Amino acid sequence: MSELLKVSSNPHIRSKSTTGGIMAAVIIALLPATGFGIYNFGIRALLVILVTITSTVLTEFLFGLYRKRLTVTDLSAVVTGLLLALNLPVNIPFWMAALGGVFAILVVKMLFGGLGQNFMNPALAARCFLLISFPSQMTDFTCDAYTGATPLAALKAGESVNVMDMIIGNTAGTIGETSMIALVIGACFLILTGVIDLRIPGSYIVTFVLFTVVFGGHGFDPAYISAQLAGGGLMLGAFFMATDYVTRPITIKGQYLFGICLGLLTGIFRIFGPGAEGVSYAIILGNLLVPLIEKATRPVAFGKGGRGYEK
Amino acid sequence: MARLTFVGGIHPYDGKELSKDKPVKEILPKGNLVYPLSQHIGAPAQPIVAKGDRVLVGQKIAESGGFVSAPIYASVSGTVKAIEPHRVVTGDSVMSIVVENDGLYEDVGFYPVAPIEKLSKEEILEAVKEAGIVGMGGAGFPTHVKLSPKEPEKIEYVIANCAECEPYLTSDYRRMLEEPEKVIGGLKIILKLFDKAQGILAIEDNKPDCVALFKQLTKDEQRISVRALKTKYPQGGERTLIYAVTGRKINSSMLPADVGCIVNNVDTITAVYRAVAEGRPLMERIVTVTGDAIANPRNFKVRIGTSYNELIEEAGGFVGKPEKIICGGPMMGFSMFELDAPITKTSTALLALSKDEVSAMEPGPCINCGRCVEVCPGRVIPSRLADYAEHFDEEAFVENNGMECCECGCCSYICPAKRPLTQEIKSMRKIQLAKRKKN
Repeated sequence: MSELLKVSSNPHIRSKSTTGGIMAAVIIALLPATGFGIYNFGIRALLVILVTITSTVLTEFLFGLYRKRLTVTDLSAVVTGLLLALNLPVNIPFWMAALGGVFAILVVKMLFGGLGQNFMNPALAARCFLLISFPSQMTDFTCDAYTGATPLAALKAGESVNVMDMIIGNTAGTIGETSMIALVIGACFLILTGVIDLRIPGSYIVTFVLFTVVFGGHGFDPAYISAQLAGGGLMLGAFFMATDYVTRPITIKGQYLFGICLGLLTGIFRIFGPGAEGVSYAIILGNLLVPLIEKATRPVAFGKGGRGYEK
Repeated sequence: MARLTFVGGIHPYDGKELSKDKPVKEILPKGNLVYPLSQHIGAPAQPIVAKGDRVLVGQKIAESGGFVSAPIYASVSGTVKAIEPHRVVTGDSVMSIVVENDGLYEDVGFYPVAPIEKLSKEEILEAVKEAGIVGMGGAGFPTHVKLSPKEPEKIEYVIANCAECEPYLTSDYRRMLEEPEKVIGGLKIILKLFDKAQGILAIEDNKPDCVALFKQLTKDEQRISVRALKTKYPQGGERTLIYAVTGRKINSSMLPADVGCIVNNVDTITAVYRAVAEGRPLMERIVTVTGDAIANPRNFKVRIGTSYNELIEEAGGFVGKPEKIICGGPMMGFSMFELDAPITKTSTALLALSKDEVSAMEPGPCINCGRCVEVCPGRVIPSRLADYAEHFDEEAFVENNGMECCECGCCSYICPAKRPLTQEIKSMRKIQLAKRKKN
């Protein structure tokens, strides 16, 4: 019977969590925002989502065929496609959305070694790529439901905005970013299931609020601050993009530091920059700082250094 | 300061309900007994019997091979059949003394050296050394060495490790419930070696009956107290235990004595009691036989040298066909090649699983989720260390505190990508430790 026993190194038990399970949880958490986006912007929003997901999944599948290693079943390409769609305006040409998906998976992810190896969030990198390449289509948020500027742009221009509408999401913007409520519901799901924690979103948002109070020119104005929080991609970015495992620091202190950096960068871009938005650029710039942050925040091993002998 | 827990750790399914409620059953060996000469850390013991010799229960058959070593005693009466290499649980082949059991159990007679009150420190240490006692929680470090720190007057805590944090294991639990007076007696004997020390029984709070029992039994003891620790794996690891009980931290290059602590497992402490108070050398231990592939899981008091095969028979055999058989717990135990291996001083358990989760899972790429960092009690970055190990980057491995890993297995357990992190880190640590020894 000896040859029938399986032999391996310890431990001999494993937890239930899997990479695919984590990805599925992220997809579920994005459903409220996705649903609201479709309700808010109409059926075309759904089509954009389908185009990007098809494009990311197909790219990953074809690359997998070429490299003879199929990785598409881990659902990470679906997450990237969905996140990308949620970051696009509803009237974007379909070919442009598809191009974004190819860029995200092929250039940002697969060419650097696939899942776990990319140093920038693929969806955000693709969004920034599209934003730089096709600025007019990417910043055109007029559609059947809304004409004119996004609330953040209006805020920057000194106009008044309806904060309640912004929290619910009845405003112009990209498909998935408008509803603060839907995003926070999804974020709560991720926090409760242990997929993400509040370290990055918390330090990000707190830093951003402090920065806005000090440099925003409105002092401590609850209405202005709520509008800044609910507007643009902050909620989507803080809970779903900044927390992307692959492109955030793995050290615990580093995660706080990362959140603080993102808060500062977002504040600078929104308040001093030419545009009203800043979350996407802040996060991909923050991604580049990750190796440095990790180096600076390497954990002290148990019983090493400092207070080794504490009474 | 007691913290009663530590940072990190995991809560796996503990499987203790399979065997915890059944009393320990004593079993006598039927077949030959095999005594590997290396059942401990340190130099192998040297045989002092020859083929054909008749031996009695409690007769020394192998002499300690140095200071860090331990003698071995026959646990049955019978004839020495051979001195030959034999397969042990780790899969290694170890020189062993094989004794044919005559079933008479004639013993040499056991007499304590003197009443406990009259024993000097030297006599206690000598009795522990002579009895061949080693750390019975699994490590097998000779106990008399542990009890002889450089500066015994600086020891402030003698900690009885009653955590039993490994899933499925219940042998310490049964020992505490059935023979608490021996545990306390053993702890009192060890305390006699360290004048300034407090004795602490550190028990995980998933065993409230043991906590209550020991509180009751030690309420008049000035030098002994009970601490209920939070249930979390690996609470019973030496470093995490010392931290939970005293708030003091040791790293891989320190000994517990460096922070004024001596830590011993429940079973080891019981063995000390039997050696000093009853004059009996280490010849038996309690082994948990459990798992979903075992018909009647329970604890057995078994003579050292008995084959695992006999244990499984006693437990009613297998239910279906087990895929994996583990010597020890599921977190730190060894998976066995075959069952024809002897129970040694460090055999805590035999766990038979009908499904092997590990081989059913395909490792994927690391997604940097950081769960390994969160659960690591050693506060290192297991995923990175495993990378360094995989790429044989020794410098980065050591630089990033790879040697501080205690091999508890939490990182592999939690990894959603199912990467064998502990295995990678362990193999690199082995290489580095071997290099240190060479230099």
